[in-house]
Amino acid sequence: MSTTRLTRRSQRKLAPWLFLAPGMLMFLVYVIVPILQSIWISFHEWDGLGPMTWVGLQNYVDLLDDDSFYTSLENNVIWLALYLLAVPAGLFIALFLNQTVAGIRFYKSLFFFPFVISQVVVGLIFSWFYAPDFGLLPKILGLLTGQEIAILADERFATYGVIAAGLWPQIAYCMILYLTGLNNINPELVEAARMDNARGWSMLWHIIIPQLRPATFIAIVVTVIGALRSFDLVSIMTVGGPFGATRVLSYFMYEQSLSEYGVAMGYGAAIAVVLFAIMLVFISLFIVRMLSQERNG
Amino acid sequence: MFPTPIQKTAPWVQTGYKIILPLALIVWLLPLIGIAVTSVRPSSDLAMGNYFGLPSRFAAVENYSAVFENSNIGWYILNSFKVTIPTVIGAIALSCLTGYALAVYRFRANLLVFFLFVAGNFVPFQILAIPVRDLTVKLGLYNTMTGLVLFHVAFQTGFCTLFMRNFIKALPFALIESARVEGVSEWKIFRHVVLPLMRPAIAALAVLIFTFIWNDYFWATVMAQSADVRPVTAGMNELKGQWKVAWELIAAASIIAAMPPVAMFFLMQKHFIAGLTLGATKG
Repeated sequence: MSTTRLTRRSQRKLAPWLFLAPGMLMFLVYVIVPILQSIWISFHEWDGLGPMTWVGLQNYVDLLDDDSFYTSLENNVIWLALYLLAVPAGLFIALFLNQTVAGIRFYKSLFFFPFVISQVVVGLIFSWFYAPDFGLLPKILGLLTGQEIAILADERFATYGVIAAGLWPQIAYCMILYLTGLNNINPELVEAARMDNARGWSMLWHIIIPQLRPATFIAIVVTVIGALRSFDLVSIMTVGGPFGATRVLSYFMYEQSLSEYGVAMGYGAAIAVVLFAIMLVFISLFIVRMLSQERNG
Repeated sequence: MFPTPIQKTAPWVQTGYKIILPLALIVWLLPLIGIAVTSVRPSSDLAMGNYFGLPSRFAAVENYSAVFENSNIGWYILNSFKVTIPTVIGAIALSCLTGYALAVYRFRANLLVFFLFVAGNFVPFQILAIPVRDLTVKLGLYNTMTGLVLFHVAFQTGFCTLFMRNFIKALPFALIESARVEGVSEWKIFRHVVLPLMRPAIAALAVLIFTFIWNDYFWATVMAQSADVRPVTAGMNELKGQWKVAWELIAAASIIAAMPPVAMFFLMQKHFIAGLTLGATKG
């Protein structure tokens, strides 16, 4: 950009767009446009190679008739509900660790550890932990109940087993958010409340939790997104089984359109659009809240 | 401070805390400890049913070298670096620019563009997968590092822009104003006034994006077909199928695969947590 030919005013008008151009271009090409394309594909029948045939809403009508779709949807709801337990659990561990004793920093990092490991490794660790015959958990359950259960092979428990594996790193994430939040609590308010004889639960509920609101907001955002994005663990631990019992929408879509035998692009795109629509509800809520913060801040 | 500092409590509470703390840690990390112990167990132990006792001998060298000899894991790790490092550089470079534009300039579409980046960052991967794979095939980049890197850079730019923009917004705006008064060009203000102040943000994002991309599994599966481009996450899944019940090898491979982000985390802990908890204190 030749600065001599441009007046300062027009330079300042043009500058933001020049700074934005490379990033926006990439983001448009790889994120925004593909979303629209997926919606478009979902109205077609397409094997990914040949010509696309317009079928209107047929893919969505087929979904409503597909048991796998309902299983996936139901599992997504279970994931979401149980994943949110990571928020109070993270707060609980953060409160437990918010002390200044020797070596506490070391403890905090080790408690955070599961979050740094990839979900693939977490999935493998828990597969081993649950494995019948030589896994630790069936042994413990065997001692307690006299019955060894192969969790991931049992339709009734498999999804919960996978979710438990996911909760492990998610709790660590929420914990670190709350530890940072606790670090920034106004000590004068806490002392003043102590003078007024507030302690324990009432202190936590009336003084501490309101001040932790920003941390809670972010913890909920990342947990909801994490729950709905769940794919890695299902793929590693159960490949959707037994008998499709642990499928979630993201994995169901993968089976239909992306895996080795998946050639139903239109159907998969329709599943992706449903998942996207569910997430859009939450994304809108987050954006509305962020927007009101922008306006006030 | 809340809860009450342990030093101000009764002696029995203090002793209790000191005992419970390490116990809680062991329970919390039990699955990880289990896998670490398994990775140094000789295979004969597993054959004889010694799953939980002390390993009969320390077989770390044997198991870990077997992992490297019997698999492409060294190659997969190298692939992961080849995808991760260019992505970190690309996404940070782009988002320094976009973050600056959105933090410093007032123009009508500012908030709209900002929220587009934020919202895009939250969408499920599946809604992108078919068109992105298609585009990559058309560009002749399917099953290449470049194809994977280009997508990752684009997607991570969303999150990085959010981060950078908020970071620059918190800098004193007077610095930029006074540079403008002195007639410094917009690019030079960015390059010589703001960019040097962004070092902490760049460090925080670098460790965070490194971990995210290293641990990515979905795109590694969708965009990389052959072993010569496969990152370690997708490679691990293949090894699991190949080794079935040779858990001492799977365990050792898991630990190898987890090492780089873990090392990164312990070396750059302060930056990592600063990045992750951005926004957890204000707003």
